[in-house]
Amino acid sequence: MSAKAVNGDILQAIGGIPSETKDTVVEAIGVDKYFGAHQVLKDVSLTVKRGEVVVIVGPSGSGKTTFIRCINHLEKIQKGRILVNGHLIGYRERNGRLYEDAERNIARQRREIGMVFQRFNLFPHLTALGNIVEAPIQVRGIARAEAVETGKALLARVGLADKANSYPAQLSGGQQQRVAIARALAMRPSLMLFDEATSALDPEMIGEVLEVMKELAREGMTMIAVTHEMGFAREVADRVVMMDEGRIIEDTDPTRFFTAPASDRSKAFLARILR
Amino acid sequence: MNFDWASFWHYLFQPTSVYLHGLWLTLSLSVVSQSLGTLIGVAAALGTQSRFRAVRALVGFYTWLFRGTPLLVQIVFVYTALAAGGIFRFEDIDLGFVVIPGNIQAAIVALSLNEGAYMTEIIRAGILAVDHGQTEAAKSLGMTYFKLMRRIVLPQAIRIIVPPLGNEFNAMLKNTTLVSVIGVPELLLATQMITSATFRVFELYTVVALYYLTLTTLWGFVQAWLERRYGEPSRSVAQNPGLVAGLRKLLTRGEPVR
Ligand SMILES: Nc1ncnc2c1ncn2[C@@H]1O[C@H](COP(=O)(O)OP(=O)(O)OP(=O)(O)O)[C@@H](O)[C@H]1O
Ligand SMILES: [Mg+2]
Repeated sequence: MSAKAVNGDILQAIGGIPSETKDTVVEAIGVDKYFGAHQVLKDVSLTVKRGEVVVIVGPSGSGKTTFIRCINHLEKIQKGRILVNGHLIGYRERNGRLYEDAERNIARQRREIGMVFQRFNLFPHLTALGNIVEAPIQVRGIARAEAVETGKALLARVGLADKANSYPAQLSGGQQQRVAIARALAMRPSLMLFDEATSALDPEMIGEVLEVMKELAREGMTMIAVTHEMGFAREVADRVVMMDEGRIIEDTDPTRFFTAPASDRSKAFLARILR
Repeated sequence: MNFDWASFWHYLFQPTSVYLHGLWLTLSLSVVSQSLGTLIGVAAALGTQSRFRAVRALVGFYTWLFRGTPLLVQIVFVYTALAAGGIFRFEDIDLGFVVIPGNIQAAIVALSLNEGAYMTEIIRAGILAVDHGQTEAAKSLGMTYFKLMRRIVLPQAIRIIVPPLGNEFNAMLKNTTLVSVIGVPELLLATQMITSATFRVFELYTVVALYYLTLTTLWGFVQAWLERRYGEPSRSVAQNPGLVAGLRKLLTRGEPVR
C-alpha cells in the first residue's frame, strides 16, 4: 500500500455527522419479499439506532443483499414496511394501504442513504473527484467550488489525495472502493449501507477498505454492513445479525455471536467461515 | 464514347450557382435531419424503457411503421398524399430573412422521422450496453431517471452509439437524393435541371457521383476521427480523457472537473 488508507477524521470532511432528530434510523417491520413465486425475505424485522453498526452475515442466497437493497428501495417489498429516519421508504400510506411513492420522493429519500456496492460501480467516464462531486452538484444543488473542496477533503481522508484526477480504470480495486465510499459520504448520508464491499477485492487490498469502514464506524456513522469479514464484525460491530433462508435467525452482540451462538445454524455457519 | 472532357472539368470545378445551392441543400438537409432523427431516437429509446405499456406500444408502432415502409413512399406521403387527402399541407414559412419552402419542411419531417426509427434501435442498444450497476449507483445517490440518463448512462452509451451513427449519416447523405421527387432542388435535382438545359447527361451524372463520393469520403475521415475519440471499444475511457471532456460538453452544460 502506497499511502495510508485513512488520514484522520473522515466525517470532518463533510462537517461531521449530519444532524438528525430521530433516534431510530432504520425500522423494518415484518418485511416479506418475493421474486416471482420465490419468497426471499420472510417476516424480517430489524431496528437500527443512530450510531449503531450492524453487521449482517449468513450463507449465500439467504437474502442479505436483497434486504439491504430494500432499505433504499432498490427492491420493492410485498409485505411489511421499512422506515428510514421515521419515514416510510418507497411507499406512501393511504387508507391503511401502501402505494409505491413517486419517483422524486424516493430519490429524495435515497439522498440520505449512502450505498457501497460489491463491484464499486464507479462512473467510468468521470474522474475520482468527478464521481464524488457529481451527486452533490446535480442532486443537492451545491455550488461546484464547494463540492470540489469537500470532495478533495474526502479523498484526502481516504488516502487518495493524489488520485483526484484519475479515472476509475486507472485505480486499483481498493482505491476504487475507497472512492466509492467517499462518493456516498459526499451526500452527507445519515445511514451507510455496505454490500460485501470487500468481496471483489484482491486479498492485499481488503485491509485498506476495511480500515476506512472501521474508521467510519468509530466516528459514529450509522452503518449496516453485509460482510464475511469477521474481524470487522468483532472490532466495530454493535450487533451481528444472522440471516438464513430469508429470515433473521439471530440478532446479538458480536462477543456472544462468536463465543456462544444461539442456533445450530449459526454454529455451522461460523465453523465454516472461520474454518 | 460520347464524353466531353471540357464540360466535365467545367462542371466539376466551376459548378453553377444552382449546383452549389443543391450542394448546400444536400448538406443542410442531412445535418438537420440526422440531428432531429437522433433526438427522436433518444426520446423513443427512452420510451422503449417506459413502465407505461402505452408508451412502449407507441414507440413499437412508430419504428415498425417507419422501418417497414420505403423512405421514398414516406416522403411522398408526408408531402403529397397528406395534402391531397386534405389532412395537412406544408406551407412556406417566412422567417423574415429566409423563406423555408413547404417541400423542404416535408423533406426534413420525412427524413427525420425515418432516421429516428433507426436511431431508436441504435440508441436503445447503447443504453442497454451500459452496466446496470451504473443505474443503481446513480439511483442510490438520489438521482431521478432523467438525470441519471443524461449524466451517467447516455455519456457511456455514446461509445456504442457513435460507430453506427456514423454509418447512418453516410446513408443520410445519399438518401437526401430521394427528396428530389417532391421538388427539393438538392444535388440530384440540380443535376437533372442542368442536364435538361445542356444535355450533358453523362458528364453531369459523373460529376454528381463524384460529389457524393467526395462527401462520403470526407465524412469517412470525420467518422474515423469520431470513433477514435468516442467509439473505440478496446480503449478504455480512462486512457482517453479527451473523450470525457468532449462528452461532457456534448451532453451537459457542466465543465469537466479538473
Ligand atoms: N433479481 C432477482 N431475481 C430473482 N431472484 C433473485 C434476484 N436477486 C436475488 N434473487 C434470489 O434471492 C435469494 C436471495 O439472494 P441474495 O442476493 O439476497 O442473497 P445473499 O444473502 O446476498 O447471498 P450472497 O452471500 O451470495 O450474496 C437467492 O435465492 C437469489 O437467487
Ligand atoms: Mg449478496
